[in-house]
Amino acid sequence: MSHLAQNLINGTLLGGLYALIAIGYTMVYGILRLINFAHGDILMWGVYFALYMVIALSMPWWLGFIVGIVLAGLLGFSVEKVAYRPLRNAPRISALITAIGISFFLESLAVVVFGGIPKSFNIYPKFFNKIVIFNHLRIQMLTFFILGVTFVLLFGVLWLLYRTKTGTAMRAIATDIPTTSLMGANVDNIISLTFIIGSMLAATSGIMWAMRYPQVQPYMGFVPGLKAFIAAVIGGIGSVPGAVVGGFILGMTEILVVGFFPNLAGYRDVFAYVILIVLLMFRPTGIFTVYSEQKV
Amino acid sequence: MKKALLLISIALLMVSVMFGAESVKIGVAFPMTGGIAAFGQMTLNGVKVAQSLYPTVLGKKIELIVADNRSDKTEAANVVSRLIDYNHVVAIIGEIASSHSLAGGSIAEKKHVPMLSPASTNPLVTQGKHYVFRACFIDPFQGHVAAVFAHNYLKAKTAVVFTDVVQDYSVGLANFFIKDFTAMGGKVYREFYQSGDQDFSAQLTDALGKHPDVIYVPGYYPEIALMARQARQLGYTGPFLAGDGAEAPELVKIGGDAVNGVYYTSHFNADAPFTKIGKEFVAKYKEMYKESPSALAALGFDAYLLLRNAIQRANSTNPEKIAEALRNTKHFEGATGYITIDKYGNTIKSAVVNVVKNGKFTYVTTINP
Amino acid sequence: MGTKRISFKTNFILTTVFVIGVGFLLLAASHSVGDYWVRIITLMAIYSIMAISYTLVNGVTGIFSLGHAGFIAVGAYTAALLTLPIQQKTMSFFIAPLIWPLNSIQMGFFPATIIAGLVAAFAAFLVGYPSLRVTGDYFAIATLAFAEIIRIVIQNSYSITNGSLGLKGIPPYTNIWWAWGWLLVTIIVIGSLKFSSYGRALRAMSEDTVAAGAMGINVFKHQLMSFVVSGFFAGIGGALYAHWLTTIDPRPTSLGIMLTFFVLIMIVIGGLGSISGAVLGAIFFAFAAQWLRIVESPMNFFGITIPGIPGMSMLIFATVFILIMLFWRRGIMGKDELSWQYIYDHFAKKAGDQD
Repeated sequence: MSHLAQNLINGTLLGGLYALIAIGYTMVYGILRLINFAHGDILMWGVYFALYMVIALSMPWWLGFIVGIVLAGLLGFSVEKVAYRPLRNAPRISALITAIGISFFLESLAVVVFGGIPKSFNIYPKFFNKIVIFNHLRIQMLTFFILGVTFVLLFGVLWLLYRTKTGTAMRAIATDIPTTSLMGANVDNIISLTFIIGSMLAATSGIMWAMRYPQVQPYMGFVPGLKAFIAAVIGGIGSVPGAVVGGFILGMTEILVVGFFPNLAGYRDVFAYVILIVLLMFRPTGIFTVYSEQKV
Repeated sequence: MKKALLLISIALLMVSVMFGAESVKIGVAFPMTGGIAAFGQMTLNGVKVAQSLYPTVLGKKIELIVADNRSDKTEAANVVSRLIDYNHVVAIIGEIASSHSLAGGSIAEKKHVPMLSPASTNPLVTQGKHYVFRACFIDPFQGHVAAVFAHNYLKAKTAVVFTDVVQDYSVGLANFFIKDFTAMGGKVYREFYQSGDQDFSAQLTDALGKHPDVIYVPGYYPEIALMARQARQLGYTGPFLAGDGAEAPELVKIGGDAVNGVYYTSHFNADAPFTKIGKEFVAKYKEMYKESPSALAALGFDAYLLLRNAIQRANSTNPEKIAEALRNTKHFEGATGYITIDKYGNTIKSAVVNVVKNGKFTYVTTINP
Repeated sequence: MGTKRISFKTNFILTTVFVIGVGFLLLAASHSVGDYWVRIITLMAIYSIMAISYTLVNGVTGIFSLGHAGFIAVGAYTAALLTLPIQQKTMSFFIAPLIWPLNSIQMGFFPATIIAGLVAAFAAFLVGYPSLRVTGDYFAIATLAFAEIIRIVIQNSYSITNGSLGLKGIPPYTNIWWAWGWLLVTIIVIGSLKFSSYGRALRAMSEDTVAAGAMGINVFKHQLMSFVVSGFFAGIGGALYAHWLTTIDPRPTSLGIMLTFFVLIMIVIGGLGSISGAVLGAIFFAFAAQWLRIVESPMNFFGITIPGIPGMSMLIFATVFILIMLFWRRGIMGKDELSWQYIYDHFAKKAGDQD
């Protein structure tokens, strides 16, 4: 029983990290119909920013994290402005290819700037490594921190989307760009804002990822990025609540598969991909249907 | 831009031709960028220490030509070809990863140029090849050493073996350990994980149910550190045993107190070098890099010296003769011990077992072949 | 200007002369430039085959797949398992013995390559049949997922593929002639496909799937067919690659998503949908990867040492890639082909401009 509970806690933790990254994916897709392949790499840059703020500029850890997250937001903003905006009316496939190019570019640039050698990410207080034992369950303090941050941010984003004017404009753009701009909303600004928020959430997730697995390297964003994309598809791409649910489903599945079928550990990622393919085939709109695909 | 670069490269070529006649060219094919760049850097540091101590051979300067394989297999083959055909090196130090050595080795074999790998422990690397050698022991021996150590020193009867299913290194080593440990009468249970995993509680809960005397994890340090941490939290107080993939300062940085009591088989311990040249190496390394050398650096150092020694004994820079001399290396004094190369190109030498004690890699014992 | 059509006969003669000319150039190269460049020239042809088969799907047909490396891997493993000497198989498979009948088969390079192509084509059929139910970027992601599944299955099937240990000691059969010979076959087959009525249907679909469907083209069948043909030649490319490198393994950096990205770079540089563009892109990629080593190694200018910047070459590739996508999306060739007509028109236009 405690075995199951332990796994559920681990699954929630991983799921929360996926969820934060997936929100950015899903918001961008909802508005631009673009799979932002570079999302995971912005996450990686955010972690490097935070690391260098603390190590090179000797900021306190919390300030370094915040500055790192803000810089990642700026990076997301610039990527959209430089690379995606000129292609907004180009075929969707061109934008996707460009996104792959940007991903490749950000990784290569990180190799040149930071070096290809993994760096240790041990800049947070030891307090987070403490273990609380609760009824035979071992819970790291970091778990509470990550879950707390995840939930605060999730509710923040939902509040922004459904309770503010900006959020209403964002949701409106997701349905119909021309009409929304006719109604007086500044489409460019809203899209920039979407990228900034998505990138900052990804960087937050990336920093917490690095706290749990204290290593930073230029290719660290790729796998979490891909997994988060799968999470977004599970939840119905374009839907923010869907991305959150998808993130938790995916994180939970991965942990439970390894937890209860250790012999299948080598096939763990196959489960994520099979879920993805089956969903794409039979319910491409995911769990939370937002809009119908393929407008003719 | 293109033209300027072309002109520069031509100028460089001329410069290297003008000065090239005086030196003996040795190629270094290491990963300097990409996923395993860290291994390339560490080993290259050792090679450079050797070069600064012994810069000449046969009265000529030794020139090292470093070629980056970008941690990529295609490039691993290309750089060996390039070093031989374009830079005209007489011998090659490289490569690090066994899969890269397999790709590069087939080129060196075809061109009859000796290639000496500092750190590829997979037995397949030298198999069936006459021009591929190594400065390190092979995994069957390392697995054997671990089994002997577990059985004789730790007095273990039951072992749980964790295998990293995506690393050929881990799969091979686990296999060799199990063969020898069961032959000695030990009992083995198996668990599996993969590189990049962060949570081992499921496997560990299962493993501890078997009441093992030792947990053998022939993987790499990031997972070993996390695994040790989680096992301690589950109440396991017994020893861990690992392979040379455990050795990195990050093991202690990530694992903290939990990795105390992690034993691992290795090539070298900087605190207890048992040859004279080993002491000389440690001193020079500390002077040059202000830190203690890793086992990989020691292996890079030995690879350079083995090659230099072979050139001296061959009294020639002919690749064919250097290979012949390398094959006849007997009881050569290196930093990692006394090295003999057998007719398959493999190294016969002793292994050390270290343990993490108070966050330090401490020497435990030496096991001879 | 440039309205004159070059007749079929002239075209045929010129092309034959060109092919023979390339043949002589290769012959001269194989005797003069040294083994290293011969290896790179061989690699150029292997990359070209991978790029042409990729551009058939991603450029000509206009569906976007990210699963190409999966079919290359299937081809590489199939061919390698068929040509590996039996003794080598026994030595390499030390975790789990190779299953029957693979453990007792050893055949020549040519039949092994053909079988590799067929098996990869079958894999493409299995992947394409379900994936083509979805469109656009969903198709891209589905094929990416399938390619990763293929890689992970290879990684875990010890008694068939030797798992993460990979295969080694593959006979180095791939030489400049096999590679360029297969490239010629690939160009002929995919080229005639592109310009057949079948190819016109494919191109119509790439312009507007819905309209093509309305005109009575069976979109699914056509797309699946082109996907399977692409898989076949990807498999051939994989077989040649395995026997060029002599060792293969299922790491993400060797036969995984990284390889798909590399081939994507080639066809974007060359121009999506152009066969000659794919070849030019592949040649450029293979050459530049080596040539850019200059910027990565330290330079010595009369005593002043400029340290090399490791990783610079990949950054340059990525930058070129993005610049092409942003400012010059047609790449070198666009959707055009480097035909005699194209060259003639080009020069006629130049002459016209000067008048």
